[in-house]
Amino acid sequence: MQYFANPTRFMKLTQRLGPLFAAATVLLFGLGVYFALFFSPADYQQGESVRIMYVHVPAAWMALFCYISMVIAAAVGLIWKHPVADLAAKATAPVGAAFTFLALVTGSLWGKPMWGTWWVWDARLTSVLVLFFLYLGYIALNSAFDDPTRGARASAILALVGAVNLPIIKFSVDWWNTLHQPSSVVRLDGPAIHPSMLWPLLLMAGAFTCYYMWVLCLRVRSEIIAHKVRALRLRQAHGWE
Amino acid sequence: MLRSAVILVRRDVRLAFRQGMDSLMAVAFFVLAVVLFPFGVGPEPNILARIAAGIIWVSALLASMLSLERLFQADYEDGSLELLVLQPIPLEVLVATKVFAHWLTSGLPLVVVAPLLALILNMAPEGFWALMAALAFGTPSLSLIGAVGAALVLGSRRGGVLLSLLILPLYIPVLIFGVAAVDAAAEGFAAKPHLMMMAGILLASLVLAPWASAAALRQALE
Repeated sequence: MQYFANPTRFMKLTQRLGPLFAAATVLLFGLGVYFALFFSPADYQQGESVRIMYVHVPAAWMALFCYISMVIAAAVGLIWKHPVADLAAKATAPVGAAFTFLALVTGSLWGKPMWGTWWVWDARLTSVLVLFFLYLGYIALNSAFDDPTRGARASAILALVGAVNLPIIKFSVDWWNTLHQPSSVVRLDGPAIHPSMLWPLLLMAGAFTCYYMWVLCLRVRSEIIAHKVRALRLRQAHGWE
Repeated sequence: MLRSAVILVRRDVRLAFRQGMDSLMAVAFFVLAVVLFPFGVGPEPNILARIAAGIIWVSALLASMLSLERLFQADYEDGSLELLVLQPIPLEVLVATKVFAHWLTSGLPLVVVAPLLALILNMAPEGFWALMAALAFGTPSLSLIGAVGAALVLGSRRGGVLLSLLILPLYIPVLIFGVAAVDAAAEGFAAKPHLMMMAGILLASLVLAPWASAAALRQALE
């Protein structure tokens, strides 16, 4: 891990990795959408609207995955004062917030025909809404200080505190009686979902993950470049050139 | 260590009473916010009785948040926070002590006033003790969780608004179980399971929150 602490090394690595992730995103997304729309059956109860699942479920997975990555990056930045980790945590937050928003919106669109309501205040929906607000709080706190390192530290602590919410989201469908159905993919006795639906779901999940990695590379790179530009400007202003 | 803690509590309580009447303002806000609701939803006794627990809890939550900003801010601005940090007692203990003083001056008055407000909202009398018990468990949790936010926003721009954005989502569990306890008791069910959940939240935040706020204070004073 210390190996990537060097921003120059990180820049070199991501210069090659970024386009790879971009290509993988396009490929997986194209395949996933094609399978989801044409090669998977309509549900015998839910009809065609089951296809919302292929966006909703991966988006919800990514909402959690992004938060976990953000917490790990924030912890690494806090403990080892790792500059690239701080930037990675900062770059993850808007992506995670967008995935959470997407999960909430698609869930709402799916809930209307299935449950007959856009929104219910059950444990799963409420805890995901809290996750969305945690992302927003993180972004707001990160940009609230004149000194960016202070913003990074303070928001890292907030991210760690907010991690309390993660197990609540994960197990909310098991602990409480909710309208939201429990997990049918990640189970001890294998997925309770037919392969014809599982495959497009996994393809879309792969596409979303690659998209996240791609955007993460882009955002961290641009942050590093912005830091360099700021340093150069300061040198010019001080007349050190 | 205990002696320093007692001195610190006495100092904070005295400060709260001498400058600005902080606790009185929090109570006044609490009462006013609750009184607004009968005008907002109409004065039918049945409706008010149904939503009384929720109104009181949401107002208590906002009232306890109102005074949070001052928990560390004044000490941070005049430099006494740095002196406190340099004391030979652990920062976590110091934070817990300050939170206790904050609860004494802004949480406890809410617990005392709450039954009066329940009365004017026509709540069933069976719910009264549950309301007080739930608030007695809940308001310290609110102060503890709020302390993390108060420490995080030290020295930031627009601290007050930011604080509510950070803290209100984390308050939701306390609100859910607090209202559930009162509703259960008012409708003749057992409030105990909800109260035990609240006690659990209190214990968890008692362990975790001072630690997180101490970390936040350290980075604020670096």
